[in-house]
Amino acid sequence: MKQLIRLAGRQKKCIGDIVLAVEAEQEDESPSTIRGQMVISWEVMKLALERGITEDIRSVSGLSGGDAKLLFSREPKFLSSEVSNAVARALGVAEVNASMGRIVACPTAGSCGIVPAALLLAKEKLELDEAAIIKALFTAAGIGIVCSLNASISGAEGGCQAECGVAAAMAAGALTELAGGSPTMVGHAVALTLSNMLGLVCDPVAGLVEVPCVLRNGGALMQALLGADLALTGIKSRIPVDEVIGAMREVGEALPESLRETSLGGLANTPTGVRLRRKLA
Amino acid sequence: MGKADSVFEVIGPIMIGPSSSHTAAAVRIGQISLAVMGEPVVEAIIQLHGSYALTGKGHGTDKAIIAGLLGYDAADERIKKSLAIAKEQGMKVKFQNVDLGEDYHPNTLRLLIAGTSGTHFEITAVSVGGGNISIIEINGLPIYLSGEYHTLITIHNDRPGIVAKASSLIAQSKVNISTMHVSRQRRGGLAAMAVEMDQPLPPSVISELEDQAQIVRIIPPIY
Repeated sequence: MKQLIRLAGRQKKCIGDIVLAVEAEQEDESPSTIRGQMVISWEVMKLALERGITEDIRSVSGLSGGDAKLLFSREPKFLSSEVSNAVARALGVAEVNASMGRIVACPTAGSCGIVPAALLLAKEKLELDEAAIIKALFTAAGIGIVCSLNASISGAEGGCQAECGVAAAMAAGALTELAGGSPTMVGHAVALTLSNMLGLVCDPVAGLVEVPCVLRNGGALMQALLGADLALTGIKSRIPVDEVIGAMREVGEALPESLRETSLGGLANTPTGVRLRRKLA
Repeated sequence: MGKADSVFEVIGPIMIGPSSSHTAAAVRIGQISLAVMGEPVVEAIIQLHGSYALTGKGHGTDKAIIAGLLGYDAADERIKKSLAIAKEQGMKVKFQNVDLGEDYHPNTLRLLIAGTSGTHFEITAVSVGGGNISIIEINGLPIYLSGEYHTLITIHNDRPGIVAKASSLIAQSKVNISTMHVSRQRRGGLAAMAVEMDQPLPPSVISELEDQAQIVRIIPPIY
C-alpha cells in the first residue's frame, strides 16, 4: 500500500489512475478497454442497487430478504437519512445476491453490497459524474489487491474481516479519494477502517450467505463512512496501513477453523442457528 | 483461495449469487462438462460431496450446475429457472448426496452425463474458492484443468507417440503451453492428457490427433 501511495504522490496522480495503468500493462490491454470492463461492472452494480430497495426479495431458504426495502422506506431515528439509505442499499445488494440475482463480487459475493452502496452515496452527495465513480472503483480494486496479496480476501482463510472488512477498507479509500483526500489520507482511511473490522469472524448460519452476511454489509458500510470521514478530518492511524493489513493476516491465521466459514461456531452454532440448519437441511 | 492480483479478480466476477464457490463455480463446472461432452446433454446425474451435499441447495448449486450444462454462464439470470428449463427441454436430471471419502476436497461434484448421441462421461470437479475450479478426473482418469485457459483434452490408449505428436502440433501452431497433465490407468491402458495453453489451437489439430485418441477436445477459456 505504501508503494502505491508513494507512486501516486510522486506522479501527482490519484491511486485509481495508477491502478488502471498497472492493470492495462499487466493484461496487455489498452486503458480504455480496461475502463470499459469496469463500466460494465458498475452498470451491474447499479441494477442490483436499484433492485435491492424496490423489489420484494426473498432468498431460496427464506432466511433473508425484505429488510433493505423496509429500511429504505422508513425515517431513521439516529442515523441521517442519507446514511440510512446507503445502509439499506448495501443490504439490498446483499439480498439480491442471496436471492440468486446478478451482482458483482466485491471482493466476494458475500460482501458485494458495501462498495457499490458507498460509491452511490458519494455520487449523490458530492454530485460526481460516472467517470469519477469508475476511477474510484479502480482505487477500491487496488486496495483489494494489496489486501489479497498480503493477507486474504477469503472468509474461509481469514474470517469476515477478510471479506466485509476488506470491502469496507476498499470503500473507505475510494470515498476518501472522491472527496478530495490525498493518497496518504487514502492510506489512513484504509488503516482506520480495517482496524475497526479486525477480528470479525465468518459464521454463516446453515452455511448460507445470508445470516449474518447481509446485515454485516450494512455494518461494514458504516465503518467505511467513518473511516473516510476520520481520514479526511486529518486523523491518522497510529499503526501504518501495511502493518494493519499484516495484523489482519495474523488475526485470520489465529482464528479457529470453526470461525472461518465452516458454520461450526459463532452465530451458526447458537441454539437457533443449529435449529435453522436442521430445518433447512 | 489463490491470491487475487488483478483488478477484476477483486471487483468481479459478475455473477448470479449467492456464493462464488457454490454457485458461480458450479456453473463453470457445468459449462466445462458440456464442452467436454461436445454435444447437448440429455441426462445428468449430479453427485454432491461434502459441503456441496450439506449446503448446496441453499446456495443454488443444483440450479447452477444444470445452468452450466445448458450452456449458460455464471452471470445468466436464467440460472434461477434452470431446473424448469432443463425439464422443458427434456433433460433428465437427478441429484445424489454422496460420500466420496476423505481424499476428496469438501467442495467436490461428480457428474455422470449422457449426450444426444449416447456418449457418456463421468467428470469429477472441485471448487477451490473464489469461483475458481479444477476438473480432477474424467472417466475415472486423474487429470487437471482449471478452465481458465485454452485447453486440449485427449483420452487415448497409453502407447508411445501421442504426447509427442500433440506437443509438436502445439509448437507448430506457435502456441505456448501453460500446464500439462498426463495420466493412465495402467501401462498400455486408457490414458488422459490435458494441456492448458496461452493461445487458441487451430481446430485442424483435432483431426490430426483423432486417429490416435478416442476423444479429442479443444475447450476455450470459460470464466
